[in-house]
Amino acid sequence: MADATNDPMALSADAEAPRVDQESRWVTLRRAFRTAPMTAWFGMIVILLYILTAIFAPLLAPFGEKEIVGDAFDVPGEEFFLGTDQLGRDMLSRMIYAARNTVGIALVTTILSFTLGSLLGMLAAVMGGWTDNILSRIVDVLMSIPQLIFALLLLTILGANVVNMILVIALLDSTRVYRLMRAVGMNIVVMDYVEAAKLRGEGLWWLIRKEILPNALAPLIAEFGLRFCFVFLTIAALSFLGLGIQPPTADWGTMVRDNAQLITFGEIIPLYPAAAIALLTIAVNFVVDWMLHRSSGLKE
Amino acid sequence: MHPISKMALQRLALGLFTLFVVSIIIAGAVEFLPGDLAQEILGQAATPEAVAAFRAEVGLDKPPVERYFSWLGGVAQGDFGVSLATKRSISDLISARLGNTLFLAGFAAVIAVPLAVTLGMLAALYRNTWFDRLINVSTLSSISFPEFFVAYVLILFLSVGYGFDARWVLALIGLFLLVEGFGAVKEGKRIGRFSVIGSIFGIIGLALVVNAIFGWWNYNVGAVSAFPSISNISPDTPFGERVHRSFLPALTLTLVVTAHMMRMTRASIINLMASPYIEMARLKGMSPARIIVKHALPNALAPIINVIAVNLAFLITGVVVVEVVFVYPGLGQLLVDSVSKRDITVVQGCCLIFAATYILLNLTADILAIATNPRLLHPK
Repeated sequence: MADATNDPMALSADAEAPRVDQESRWVTLRRAFRTAPMTAWFGMIVILLYILTAIFAPLLAPFGEKEIVGDAFDVPGEEFFLGTDQLGRDMLSRMIYAARNTVGIALVTTILSFTLGSLLGMLAAVMGGWTDNILSRIVDVLMSIPQLIFALLLLTILGANVVNMILVIALLDSTRVYRLMRAVGMNIVVMDYVEAAKLRGEGLWWLIRKEILPNALAPLIAEFGLRFCFVFLTIAALSFLGLGIQPPTADWGTMVRDNAQLITFGEIIPLYPAAAIALLTIAVNFVVDWMLHRSSGLKE
Repeated sequence: MHPISKMALQRLALGLFTLFVVSIIIAGAVEFLPGDLAQEILGQAATPEAVAAFRAEVGLDKPPVERYFSWLGGVAQGDFGVSLATKRSISDLISARLGNTLFLAGFAAVIAVPLAVTLGMLAALYRNTWFDRLINVSTLSSISFPEFFVAYVLILFLSVGYGFDARWVLALIGLFLLVEGFGAVKEGKRIGRFSVIGSIFGIIGLALVVNAIFGWWNYNVGAVSAFPSISNISPDTPFGERVHRSFLPALTLTLVVTAHMMRMTRASIINLMASPYIEMARLKGMSPARIIVKHALPNALAPIINVIAVNLAFLITGVVVVEVVFVYPGLGQLLVDSVSKRDITVVQGCCLIFAATYILLNLTADILAIATNPRLLHPK
């Protein structure tokens, strides 16, 4: 047992390991994809389809987003593949445009919350002391109220519209990112290379950008997926409650709300937009689950 | 003082302090408004007199500190003030609804907690088997569902009486068998043996999927319309009827929360089973049952209590959407209505109750976790 650590051959192999790793980054990536479970593949394909739908929405949709093309609640058929909604707009076209609106808004919100949360988290990790204390206590307080409830309170005061919703959710969600980033950052700050950079006299911005961020990237990417799901579902819930994305913008949450009464007549149309939300969230969760499993190594 | 009571008291003090800070935030949220609340709510066209009258009514003309303490004093005596929109006493609005919401959440918790903890433990004990993977895929999916999706699917099948073709469900089971079966074959090849059972499962699964696509054999499941899609409950509804009417919303909440709880239970048990003292017990030849009862369970209590409390707190958020779907006369419904009417006083009251429940649940979990921690129970 003791031989393994004292063996000069073993040491030299260890020293060479990082270089080999870097050379074969593409190889490891390819291997990762090859060994990805079915669920992860399913997730990646679904996400790709959503992205394509969002980009090519105007080409795919048979009618315009806000165009009234028929009678209200027309049944699905030749002309309207999924029927029409309560104002006589084509359901399918609105579903397609909503991919752009709903996913786009959720993405913007997540990016905002990430930028804010991770910047403050890294700041707290690097600065420590008072900065860390004050920021952490503020985050503690913000997290002690359930997120949806807090969002509803803030939306009452600011007024319910898309911009306010994006800002409110981004702010409330950034607390979770902050927690993670601070925890990850704390582990990096104590590393020797950070110490070396500090002794070299590098500034705060350099430390954050060049020393901490690159090393915190892996957990952050998985967290981005998780946060996206959470934000996406919160926005869907708020829109469903009539407090998020406002008509006439096509959005899945609002579409469920507007067509909900059909369900009592045994029509499954209101389920399509709801299923669209569910499917994307499942897909992202599957991919994140795979990534987390990979990064946690053989913990289980 | 015993270290446990000391820690518990510390947590209690911290919890009460948090509650106090949260009440300041909820009461003071109005202050953060850029501009003036009265102007915002009444609109640009409002006359200065109307704005002044509104300000006097809400108490905006008084200094914030005085306003806060008079509000807090009222709340402490159960008086939340008056609704801006309806002029009714908020306490009257809230009292009946709070009972309903607690009933719904309790109903869901009674089903969800035992179910989730049992399944989570089983998944942890049989981890990396087909059972674990099935649980993993299904809980991951059900976490991803928006509450209203689950709610409407349940309405469709259990209330409206929408019969459905069972072959799609069979196809899903088939897909799972397919992946698992051929996964087993692949694994068998790697180890150097051919798994017959795996390939049989795979072929059955493939058959079910192909069947669903071509629609050769189908079986229509009869329509069920056993439960109402709208849960109208009044204070004098008898208990049995109440359970029946709130069954669908409770089931929705159960489905949403169970998945979370199961995953967290599984994770905390796996975490525990990896700890050195469990390995030690295993190495000295203890029987698995004894390891679980003697070593794992006492230490698992704290994480499991924590999981339950976190998810009961999670119920609070879920309750808002579910109540709206089923038109259930609860606090969440009131909150959403008041937000769209911008009835700030009612929103403040509801938010305070939700936040207080949330904080108290987390506090209870903290204290119970301390009280059941073996390391603290048997100090050196």
